[in-house]
Amino acid sequence: MSMLHLAAPVSFIPVAPAAPALRVDGLSVTRGGRAILRQVSAAFAAGAVTAVVGPSGAGKTTLLNVLNGLVEPSCGMVASEQLGALRSAESWAALRQRAATIFQDHALIGRLSALDNVLLAFADTRHPLSPWPWPRFAREAAARALADVGLLDRAFERVDNFSGGERQRVGVARALARGPRLLLGDEPFSSLDPPLARRLCDDLRALAVRDGVTVVLVLHQIALARALADRIVGLNDGRVLFDGPAHAFDAATEATVFAAHSHLNQGV
Amino acid sequence: MILGAAQPSPYDALAGDWRRLQRRRLTAGALAAAAAFAAFAYAGALEFSRYADALRTLAQLAQDSTPPDFSRWREWGRPLLETLATGIAGTALGAALALPLSALAARNAGAPVWLNEIVRFALGAVRSLPGLIWGVIFVAAVGFGPLPGVLALGAHSTGMLGKLFFEALEHVEPGPGAALRAQGASKLAVFRYAQLPQALPRLADALIYRLEHNLRAATTLGLVGAGGFGLEIVTAFHLFEYREASALILVLLALVTSVNFFGAALRRSLLHARPERK
Repeated sequence: MSMLHLAAPVSFIPVAPAAPALRVDGLSVTRGGRAILRQVSAAFAAGAVTAVVGPSGAGKTTLLNVLNGLVEPSCGMVASEQLGALRSAESWAALRQRAATIFQDHALIGRLSALDNVLLAFADTRHPLSPWPWPRFAREAAARALADVGLLDRAFERVDNFSGGERQRVGVARALARGPRLLLGDEPFSSLDPPLARRLCDDLRALAVRDGVTVVLVLHQIALARALADRIVGLNDGRVLFDGPAHAFDAATEATVFAAHSHLNQGV
Repeated sequence: MILGAAQPSPYDALAGDWRRLQRRRLTAGALAAAAAFAAFAYAGALEFSRYADALRTLAQLAQDSTPPDFSRWREWGRPLLETLATGIAGTALGAALALPLSALAARNAGAPVWLNEIVRFALGAVRSLPGLIWGVIFVAAVGFGPLPGVLALGAHSTGMLGKLFFEALEHVEPGPGAALRAQGASKLAVFRYAQLPQALPRLADALIYRLEHNLRAATTLGLVGAGGFGLEIVTAFHLFEYREASALILVLLALVTSVNFFGAALRRSLLHARPERK
């Protein structure tokens, strides 16, 4: 395969449904002189699950962290259907209030209980210096979210006593507790056992299809991406090599997306 | 190619740098040892003739101060309570001032770097005056008694705890804070909900250590007129009542030890017990 071919996108097949709820345009991220994302453009539809796939170091997590505002792109922009191009701190704050992220390392506070960790999703509903307890609705929603992931009976246990899978479930509960309109997940199934992973799959699909949530998931397993996602974005070395419906992501495409980084081949 | 022939071993590739590193470590160690030796010499610690009578004198002093004389215990209650109150109030005052200042000094808690630096400098300046000097200053300002002791310990503890607190804050995991920022939480919310809970055991460690320190310091503050138990001990020594002095020292030892027990229990509850309820 020639270098030129690899650098160019494999295919861009349009998907008919729903207008994009979130769009990135010409996104580049550079860190320490190394390009992590190069001119990435993609759209993420409401009511659909988009899977971001690619080899390690392709920039998947960075793309997710641009969408939740943790990483500032060096150029390019993020635009939302309702808020337009996100340029001001206010528009980012508005997006973030509707967004939730399931982090790969769970990002929980070990010495707090599962319940207290889920309550962190409601940080903006109570003044940080308030001596009062969390508002009633927040406590109720947190309990419901913990029940949904099957951890209600361990609500008061410290999270650092939990197994990896259980922590992931707490992270999922925290992300879903607020009823987000944009759900970002970084390998949300990685430490779950198969039955739980299947249930979370069903839940995430339902969120998209029934509630119209924009779901963007970074996934390692291609089979899972094909089964769960409506659309797949394939990244390699910071570039979008595939952006199309999941059924069009065939074996040849997979081989291209997961090919060794082009800069490793440059000496050849 | 013949394996092993004319092939430089991986060790040879490292040997030069390795030797240089070794030499640098040896030089640094030798310099530190020389500095310590010079300090001993300058402080007169190497004039061995001065130690000649020391053991005998110490033995005499030990003999003079046994058995401890507790006969005046009824009069110790008030100064003991004064010292205890001075230590606790000074620590509380220091912690109350140190916590917000440490949030401004920590690099990761949201304050701009210039403010970090100003607060760090201020904490260092407050810290660089020992508690005794603060004691002299506050005795001049508010008069004798436990109050100047509280203010002196509060001032010095603010500087010390502020430093220990901001270092503890800078050690927290960034993940939970990033999770809060990703959902739009304010800097204050990130500090309160993600950084403070993570740093709490370290903050408590610093606080307990400081309380122990302040109880001892509250005793010595008696010397500069801040009253309390220290004054009793010094007076006993001045009157050559060594047996009473040793009794007073035993009481002080008991007080500090009981504070340590209390501190250990507090640490256990923060590190292992059921989580805090909000």
